Amino acid sequence: MLGKRVRVKRGENVYEGIVMPSTTGTFVLKLDSGYNIGLSSYDEVEVVEEQQESIKTKLEIPHVKGKPEVSIISTGGTIASKVDYRTGAVSSQFTAEEIVSEVPEIMNFCNVRAKLLYNILSENMKPDYWRELARNIYKDIQDGAYGIIVTHGTDTLAYTSSAISFMVSTPVPVVFVGAQRSSDRPSSDNVVNLVCSASTAVSDIGEVVVVMHGSTSDDFCYIHRAVRVRKNHTSRRDAFQTVNDFPIGVVSYPSGSISYQNDFISRGERKLELKDTLEEKCTLIKFFPGLDPDIIRFFYDRGYRGFVIEGTGLGHVSSDWIEVLREISDDSLITMTSQCINGRVCDRVYDTGRDLLKAGVIEGEDMLSETALIKTMWLLGNYELDDAKKMMKKNLVGEFRTRTGWYSEKC
Amino acid sequence: MKNAETATTIDYEQIGLKVGIEIHQQLDTFNKLFCGCPTVLRDNEESCMEFSRFLKVTKSEMGEEDVAAREEVARSRKYVYLFYDTTCLVEADEEPPSELNLEALKVAVEIALLLHMRPVDEVHTMRKIVVDGSNTSGFQRTALVAMDGYIETEDGRVGIDTLCLEEEAAQKVEEKRGVVVYSLDRLGIPLVEIGTAPDIRTPHQAKQVAAKLGMILRSTEKIKRGLGTIRQDVNVSIRDGARVEIKGVQELELLDTIVENEVMRQINLLAIRDELKKRGAWVDKTVYDVTDIFADTQSKVLKKGLKQGRALASVLKRFSGLVGKEIQPERRFGSELADIAKLFGLGGIFHTDELPAYGISIEEVARLRDKVNADENDCIILIVGEENRAKNALERILKRAEYALEGVPEETRKALENGSTAYLRPLPGAARMYPETDVPPVQISGEFLKSIKLPELIDDRIERFKKEYGLNDELATVMARSSRHRLFEELVRDGHSPPLVVRILEMVLPSLEKEGINVISITDKHFKMVFNLLKSGKIAKEGIDEVLKVIAERPDITESDLNEIVSGVDVTEIEKFIKKLVQSKEEFIRDRKERAFSPLMGLVMKEFRGKVDGKVISELLRKEIQTLLNDR
Repeated sequence: MLGKRVRVKRGENVYEGIVMPSTTGTFVLKLDSGYNIGLSSYDEVEVVEEQQESIKTKLEIPHVKGKPEVSIISTGGTIASKVDYRTGAVSSQFTAEEIVSEVPEIMNFCNVRAKLLYNILSENMKPDYWRELARNIYKDIQDGAYGIIVTHGTDTLAYTSSAISFMVSTPVPVVFVGAQRSSDRPSSDNVVNLVCSASTAVSDIGEVVVVMHGSTSDDFCYIHRAVRVRKNHTSRRDAFQTVNDFPIGVVSYPSGSISYQNDFISRGERKLELKDTLEEKCTLIKFFPGLDPDIIRFFYDRGYRGFVIEGTGLGHVSSDWIEVLREISDDSLITMTSQCINGRVCDRVYDTGRDLLKAGVIEGEDMLSETALIKTMWLLGNYELDDAKKMMKKNLVGEFRTRTGWYSEKC
Repeated sequence: MKNAETATTIDYEQIGLKVGIEIHQQLDTFNKLFCGCPTVLRDNEESCMEFSRFLKVTKSEMGEEDVAAREEVARSRKYVYLFYDTTCLVEADEEPPSELNLEALKVAVEIALLLHMRPVDEVHTMRKIVVDGSNTSGFQRTALVAMDGYIETEDGRVGIDTLCLEEEAAQKVEEKRGVVVYSLDRLGIPLVEIGTAPDIRTPHQAKQVAAKLGMILRSTEKIKRGLGTIRQDVNVSIRDGARVEIKGVQELELLDTIVENEVMRQINLLAIRDELKKRGAWVDKTVYDVTDIFADTQSKVLKKGLKQGRALASVLKRFSGLVGKEIQPERRFGSELADIAKLFGLGGIFHTDELPAYGISIEEVARLRDKVNADENDCIILIVGEENRAKNALERILKRAEYALEGVPEETRKALENGSTAYLRPLPGAARMYPETDVPPVQISGEFLKSIKLPELIDDRIERFKKEYGLNDELATVMARSSRHRLFEELVRDGHSPPLVVRILEMVLPSLEKEGINVISITDKHFKMVFNLLKSGKIAKEGIDEVLKVIAERPDITESDLNEIVSGVDVTEIEKFIKKLVQSKEEFIRDRKERAFSPLMGLVMKEFRGKVDGKVISELLRKEIQTLLNDR
């Protein structure tokens, strides 16, 4: 019955419309007025018309001479989508033609190649997908892409962008972008985010960044360093915030002009390089009062050697953890970050902290917990444990700084 | 060409008039339809934050952009929204909506049942695309709740096709160049949209239908009252004419006039069409830049427009005289064209049917005709302003002028204060809807339906009040419509006189309000106190105004305190006064016997009027006189 046009009789009433899928078991009809209604019973159904093929319009993508080529890789975040008002269905769009027809303003900055790498919800991301993405980005840059845009669901966008930061040493901008309002709605933030991403993808930057709304208004986006950004709101457009640092820059909308607010690695400054191994037996544990240190042993016994502990305050766990941490630290990489999110870990202020350091725990400086986790996976995947421990204390791609600024609007 | 017809001479059946009405009524619920915000309106100055957005055009499944949507966005506007401490992230389009407000759904179903409609079994919330900025999301959330009802009118039954429950749009505050400011306080207030079938056949019947729907809505006592809480849209068409939707009729009184005027407009446009065809008229779509002709113009309007850009002109061949022709009260065909210019943010248009005027000289008109190759049979449209804007507007105007050869365009118009209408936009396409997946469907179960108690209709109550309480038509109507009708019945059951109760509740109170007394603080409880005092004779009818004034000032006053304050006298005092009076007038009383009562009553009343019920005084006085006479 689905998709067919039917006439339904129920008592004195007659309803005509297209049969829609139902989530509740009722008979759902889309009437000619566009409204859906649900009927729990009916006397008679008569098919008036078999399913109509929806008419597909052929989209053409213009090529703007003299504009650089940017590669758009879709991972499943619906940055572009189309609504079929006849059936009410929303379908995601992934070809370059479709993306450009949705946001033609992109062509003001670049020509577009597009690739649908996979179509998954961002919460279903896995390290395997990060690796595949890294290889694709590497290849596109090798093939001459002037910049890369990766569209991604916002939930785990910052994890993926962090992973790419460590895995791909890039000479061109690799821009991660998502949308907090789905792209089928007229108010979607996808236009502003994509336009600002396109501008960033052809900019002087040579690192992995995240470009998302800077405020609730459609006025500008921030360019965040991928290893410094966090989704700090469940639903707002400006959910993404740089933590413990300034964003790299601000992109105005609709002009796309960029003003830089921080230092950055320039285009061409680094050589293209790929190190795509990740040790997956790594974990991030958020400490809370009373949490049994056996949790560490649990992971250790299952072969985990990478630990990020999100401690309280300056970077603490209860004293009864010290013993087990000492026991495993010789063949594990243990890094302490803070659940305060803002500020730097310092384990030299209180006894517990000093004991943690003695037990072999590394201070995660002002690094985000998520970034520390990804860094642990990457280090253990590519380096010997001793080197990994040393490199954890080194800033590799801007994941931490050794001095902490005030980071207010003015200074 | 024949003269414009007047409304009174029109045979509506013959011209095939069809009218449908759509009523939008705000509901008086505690929360908004899809969030926990209160349904209160705010002063714009109270806004604590503002933000700005753009909306993009969404393409329909056919790949064709919706006409209405395209026209809105063609003017690519920026929308600024005022946020308040009574609005939340849902109105700001920064958070998914809550589930459908069941309080609002209950009211909607109640109204549907009063209109003999059949509710659907499951309510599906839809997104209806609206890209004028009045919804932050770019769509209005709306759900079809019931279908297929009817109401009876003197002129026959009129079908009620649909009842939808939807969110109210944001209120437009102002429109500057390319920027529209909206206030978010109104966005999300629940609204029912009731659409009649096109069964209405005369302007008078249209008014009847609107009045009856209004009465039924008010009968629920769960709707918002006051300016802007109800809006009527009217769909009008005549044979050979076109369906025209007229938006935002605020005054019920104007409804018939608006229908009459629209009928006249369509008849006149058809007459213009016939005349144009006879003349072999056509539209020359060439756009001429005529800025240089007006380089030294004395016209202030023109000078002002030229400061911002250019003067452009086009020729409507053999249109002469028709652009200036009146098609509605105070509206010419040219006004229709000017409406379009205004929508593009321009002041309007000039056309040669009305020139020379506005400081534009005969010579300038002549040079203009020369430049664009127009003769006396043609009408030139002249437009000034920022070049691109003027060009887009002029192209759109030429399209409209060309349509004059076809007849009446289908379109959405807005109601004007004098009962005429102005062009607003093309009719929206029908199918700009898709499911609001953030809001789960809601079952209308048998249990839900059982929980709804249908109210007595106001019209029925008027009849009952006449019959049961012997009120005349006026008092019965006033009382039945009042929100205090329950109190009225309660007081009458306590033995108070129905007309007196009506007078106090519905006439005394409003007059006090006019005096500037804060009557809002006077509640049912207070009225019961007042009527108690009245019943026990502690105050007189005449003293009620004063008592209410005291209550308005001290709403927490107790009945006994009130008694003391308003009377200042108790019955023993009156008894003393009467005793003394009777003693001093002993001779007079013995002389006149019972006839002495009236003059003495006058003397007592002079002292105690308004403080004590006359009945009480007369009883006391009679008793005292009798005692004296018996004493003999």
